Amino acid sequence: MYTSFWLGLLLMSVTGVCAEPQNFPAHTLTLAASCAVCHGTNGNSATGLLSLAGMDESVFIAKLQAYRNGSQASTVMHHHAKGLTEAEITALAGYFSVQQHQAIVEPQAQTLELQHE
Amino acid sequence: MQRRDFIKQLAATGLIGAPWFEAHAVPARKVQGRVVVIGAGYAGTTLAKYLRIWSGYGIEVVVVEQNTQFVSCPLSNLVLGGSRSINDLTFGYGLLQKHHGIQWVHDQVTHIDTAARKVTMSRGEMTYDRLVVAPGIDFNYSAWPEMQNAEAQRLVPHAWKAGPQTLNLRQQLESMPDGGVVVISIPKAPFRCPPGPYERTCQVAFYLKLHKPKSKVIVLDANPDIVSKKALFLSAWKELYPGIVDYRPNSTVLHVNPVTREVETEFERVKADVLNIIPPQRAGKPAQMAGLLNVDNNWCAVDFRSYASTISPEVHVLGDAVFSPQPKSAHIATSHAHVCANAIVAMMGGQEPDPEPVFANTCYSFVSDRMAVHVANVYRYDAEKKLMVTMDGGGLSDVPSDLEGTYAQSWARNIWSDALT
Repeated sequence: MYTSFWLGLLLMSVTGVCAEPQNFPAHTLTLAASCAVCHGTNGNSATGLLSLAGMDESVFIAKLQAYRNGSQASTVMHHHAKGLTEAEITALAGYFSVQQHQAIVEPQAQTLELQHE
Repeated sequence: MQRRDFIKQLAATGLIGAPWFEAHAVPARKVQGRVVVIGAGYAGTTLAKYLRIWSGYGIEVVVVEQNTQFVSCPLSNLVLGGSRSINDLTFGYGLLQKHHGIQWVHDQVTHIDTAARKVTMSRGEMTYDRLVVAPGIDFNYSAWPEMQNAEAQRLVPHAWKAGPQTLNLRQQLESMPDGGVVVISIPKAPFRCPPGPYERTCQVAFYLKLHKPKSKVIVLDANPDIVSKKALFLSAWKELYPGIVDYRPNSTVLHVNPVTREVETEFERVKADVLNIIPPQRAGKPAQMAGLLNVDNNWCAVDFRSYASTISPEVHVLGDAVFSPQPKSAHIATSHAHVCANAIVAMMGGQEPDPEPVFANTCYSFVSDRMAVHVANVYRYDAEKKLMVTMDGGGLSDVPSDLEGTYAQSWARNIWSDALT
């Protein structure tokens, strides 16, 4: 399962092609998508706060390890870092490192229609 | 492929059976078939989007939704406090449809035939290879015959589905004289958004402290104790709203008079000026129609590797309707959608789903207009227990803070962008 993942990463680094989600195992896709709620789709945060897209793998891993062992104080991230395996942290680091910086599209707020149920 | 080509292609095709995949670069996991999704809340929108992306735009996705707008329950308690407008939390579905070639049917489901794999709506019917039911919650007023009509529910709003009911409760707070009593009734768990009633208490107290300081809010909780973030809410009530919040556990409302706004518990009668009854809940109506409520006749049991119903394996159930030990939150609903989307892509391609899915939940609650607190956990599938179990290391904020308030607002914008574009 991880062979295709690493092969995909290798291909991307050689060809410079942007990350196709299909190159990552379902397990990593689910986890990375779970991060999107705070960090934005593919790590591009709408508010610019806490973006992960394009973060160097070693930086990502070092941050998560620091949250895990408590050497880096945080409000929320220690609660997440401690629940993941080493392999998951490595896989997420690989995922976010190949995501391109993109401006996030936000839905436009509307006036509530009063027949809404 | 370019988005412009994608939109052109979409416009050129009919509603059902669009040959979408022809226009796409060859994806590694391309599979085909039709998935019908009932309900476009956090779970349904997220499932539809990720099913399209992760199938390389091979799977045809049709969403059936009765409302034309998405109104966010997260942040809707801030409308009561006054720091947010309901119009800040209301969005359309247009970008989601356009960006991902999702077919959209604005209609109400009237019948589901799981044997024939057919969904009937008020204006037509369609068949599916797989059905995803993301119906949210339905209110159960059976304990109070006096509440079973629209007028009673206008006088005594639930405001537990964001929208006109939220505005109604806000307007009642605005009309209440200073010195009035607001009563919030909380049902026995499980219900949508476990910390939500206590966050609401904070927001009502915030409004009262600012505008009607002689008033108070009485919380009648059917549970023996505060269900979520207990210490954080208790300290917020004590420090931020002294003398305003009166919390009463073990207080099940037995009778309601919607006209006089009086309620009766086993122990007492309480008269309110503004009465907010959050009713007991169960899986939403489409899940009831499909006969999927197999836990206490209220919730739907699923296989947590695919969210397939344990009754009907071609039907998946997502979000608040699912019976599980996890909180019924928006983040959890989107996580169900991610696991389910990956599983459907695998299963429709003749493969096994991820045997050990893992996801996270971060749930913020605002204790004032600016300060928030969180609970966050990682959940992992346990094959022996056949459940998502809580990993060590999760937990709560130490104290409420402005920083977490900023994170919570950012959370909202990111989840809206992820689910709706």
